[in-house]
Amino acid sequence: MKEFFFNITWIIPVFPFLAFLIIILFTQGNRKLSHSLSIGSMVLSWLVGWGVVFSAIGTPHLGEHPVHKSVPWFETGTAVFEIGYWIDPLMAIALFMVPFVCLMIFIYAVGYMGFGTEEVDPNYSRFFAYIALFATGMLGLVISENLLTLFMSWEIMGLCSYLLIGFWFEKNYDDPNKITPRQAGLKAFLVTKIGDLFLVLGILYMYSQAGTLSYADTLFNHEFLTHLAQTPALPIFGGWSAASAIALLIFGGSVGKSAQFPLHVWLPDAMEGPTPVSALIHAATMVSAGVFLVARIFPLLNIVVELDHHNPTMSIIAFIGAFTALFASIIALAQNDIKGVLAYSTISQLGYMIAALGIGAYVAATFHLITHAFFKALLFMGSGSVIIGCHHEQDMMELGGLRKKMPKTFWTFLAGGLALSGFPLITAGFWSKDEILAHAWEEFMHYGTASWPFFVWLLLTIAAFLTAFYTARQISLTFLGKPRGHHAEHAHETPNTMTWPLLILAFFAITLGWVGIPEEIVGHGNNWFHAFVGHEYASTPLSIPVMLLSSGLAIGGLGLGWLVYGRKPLEAGQMDPLQKGMERIRLGWLYTAMQNRFYFDEIYAAIFINGSIKLADIFYNFDYNWVINPIVNGVGAVTRGISNIFNQFDEKIVDALVNLTGLSGVKLADLGGITDLKVVDGFVNGIADVTGWIGEKIFRPIQTGKVQNYLLILLISMLAIIGIYLVY
Amino acid sequence: MSIPLNWYLVLAAALFSIGLYGVLSRRHAIGMLMGIELMLNAVNINLVAFWRYIDPAKITGQIFAIFVFTVAAAEVAVGLALVIAIYRNRNTVVVEEIDLLKE
Repeated sequence: MKEFFFNITWIIPVFPFLAFLIIILFTQGNRKLSHSLSIGSMVLSWLVGWGVVFSAIGTPHLGEHPVHKSVPWFETGTAVFEIGYWIDPLMAIALFMVPFVCLMIFIYAVGYMGFGTEEVDPNYSRFFAYIALFATGMLGLVISENLLTLFMSWEIMGLCSYLLIGFWFEKNYDDPNKITPRQAGLKAFLVTKIGDLFLVLGILYMYSQAGTLSYADTLFNHEFLTHLAQTPALPIFGGWSAASAIALLIFGGSVGKSAQFPLHVWLPDAMEGPTPVSALIHAATMVSAGVFLVARIFPLLNIVVELDHHNPTMSIIAFIGAFTALFASIIALAQNDIKGVLAYSTISQLGYMIAALGIGAYVAATFHLITHAFFKALLFMGSGSVIIGCHHEQDMMELGGLRKKMPKTFWTFLAGGLALSGFPLITAGFWSKDEILAHAWEEFMHYGTASWPFFVWLLLTIAAFLTAFYTARQISLTFLGKPRGHHAEHAHETPNTMTWPLLILAFFAITLGWVGIPEEIVGHGNNWFHAFVGHEYASTPLSIPVMLLSSGLAIGGLGLGWLVYGRKPLEAGQMDPLQKGMERIRLGWLYTAMQNRFYFDEIYAAIFINGSIKLADIFYNFDYNWVINPIVNGVGAVTRGISNIFNQFDEKIVDALVNLTGLSGVKLADLGGITDLKVVDGFVNGIADVTGWIGEKIFRPIQTGKVQNYLLILLISMLAIIGIYLVY
Repeated sequence: MSIPLNWYLVLAAALFSIGLYGVLSRRHAIGMLMGIELMLNAVNINLVAFWRYIDPAKITGQIFAIFVFTVAAAEVAVGLALVIAIYRNRNTVVVEEIDLLKE
């Protein structure tokens, strides 16, 4: 059985790709067939995927000896590029999550896109084609055996992200400052491309050093890694080793894809897409691909640290992650859009994972990656259920009191929210987040308070508290109290295709953490997750103070959030208590800044967009006002002056001579004139008439001014010439 | 097992003809641009196929194809800019209505 699954792993991304092709080419007109194809392909991928996962789990020492197969794909000159699959614990863990979450969201999308109702989306089938293509990209990325196919899948996902964010491309808003789906898609595409550029450079650098891109010969070849860590990098990287330069360049790709500071600006706007897309791409899978990539290159990071303790690569990664975690959670406090809060929460949680990788907590980061995918997908789908139930009302200030009206959504959302805030002991988020905090604590204890791990730990700890607080705020504002808007008053529970996936994901959001409970609690050898994933990396010892602290933070944050928002629920038209409180202590400006996302969009617009326009202006002026045009005009003026001189010469001297000749000519011409009029004119007019007739009747109709007619004539002439050439 | 060269040439010829037909028959300017792209890609298939079958040791065919890609990208950029400019001036992108060359 194991052999069987390990031999057919390549087929996992093929199913959704076939579904995509069939839908886009043939079945667009048939909604039911289209979504059945999409979901059916995902069921197959899921079954094969879990077959591979459980076979991988049953394989001892998989971490040391990954299973991999590849075939030549294409060659250029002497270089052969391969395509294949790679089975190791990290891949197995991701493969556990991706097809399953995809399947849940595909089913959910049937309800969300309004199948069987009057509000069904006009491009319903196309939506399912796109998400199937997306699944191809994500599954391809997970199973890929080298950096080239990884990058290819990465870009397929980028394309799908663009297409799906802008899925409602016809939508326009009255407020010109509100970003439309069309613009949001473009923004996401361009911003992530900045990161992708670094990723390409990193991959090319790797290729130039290794001459191959397969994991087996690069990332998992200890000799090569050692060599790479001892080779100095290109001069622009200062005195760093090639290994750290490559790692940082590849990390640049993750910064874009996982929406880390400073390239985080695209993710909140990506919420303009349909909610299943937000759940699938912008919470569970694509954005975690960035974290997955950093986890993939972890051997590279590891060797950098091992051979050079002072290398800043890891601390840069840890800082960017920790800073993003904190600052995104601060922004999330002041967002009123139900999906906006979740978007910033996603950025913040991704920051957690990146920070965890930066401090060397490989196991904790992958653990959080998986648990987060489940509970964040759940939260997004819950918010989508609220949006559908409340007729596309997304402003939390207009919601409220949905607990009774949408009970299934409420209870599942609560489960997801508790997992997100890390509610102690029972939720998945607690165990994974606690492990990250414990590892940061460990590092900080090791290096002391003046060191960078201390700041990472501090940032993450504050972020944990804020996470619990904004989760409580969101749940209270959405579900507790009385409805504050008429949409919320007429809310109804959503169809089964939407609530069932919620219930299933809620189950995982609670229980999934139990596979990674520290050994100190469950007994030696029972921390299954660490035993499977963390074969060669140090485990994080349980630390009771940290566990108490993170429990306290979660409960404290949730409790404070409940005190502020839940105990006395907001009435319609009331001001956000947080805003009120902050204004009272003269921090109103900070709240406004938080609401405006710390003005990052405005700053980027001022620097980059206006900068480009200014640059274009400079070129324009260079052309028209400063250099090129003045030169051209000057040359013209000089030429005109010279020609004036000649003109004078002509008029005064040459003309006189000519006139004299002319006068004598006239006399002679008078004689010839008679002959001319009768004979020559008749002949000339005849020719003119014939030419005119030809022009009028034959050539003028051909000169239609239409490019295509010209092209046709060109084609016919070409064929005629070729014909003549062939005949003779 | 190996696919004969002819097949590639037939494919390229078919693609070229489809592209040509698109250029000649599409009413929409962007459709015409897409037809041109098809024709360029047909050329690319030819280039790469000839490289593979005639002189695989050198990578000239591939390099040439990459040049064609680059030119095609530039051409599309300019073409789309022209289409937008025409649309702004004349409020149409139907090529039959764009006959300023006649004047």
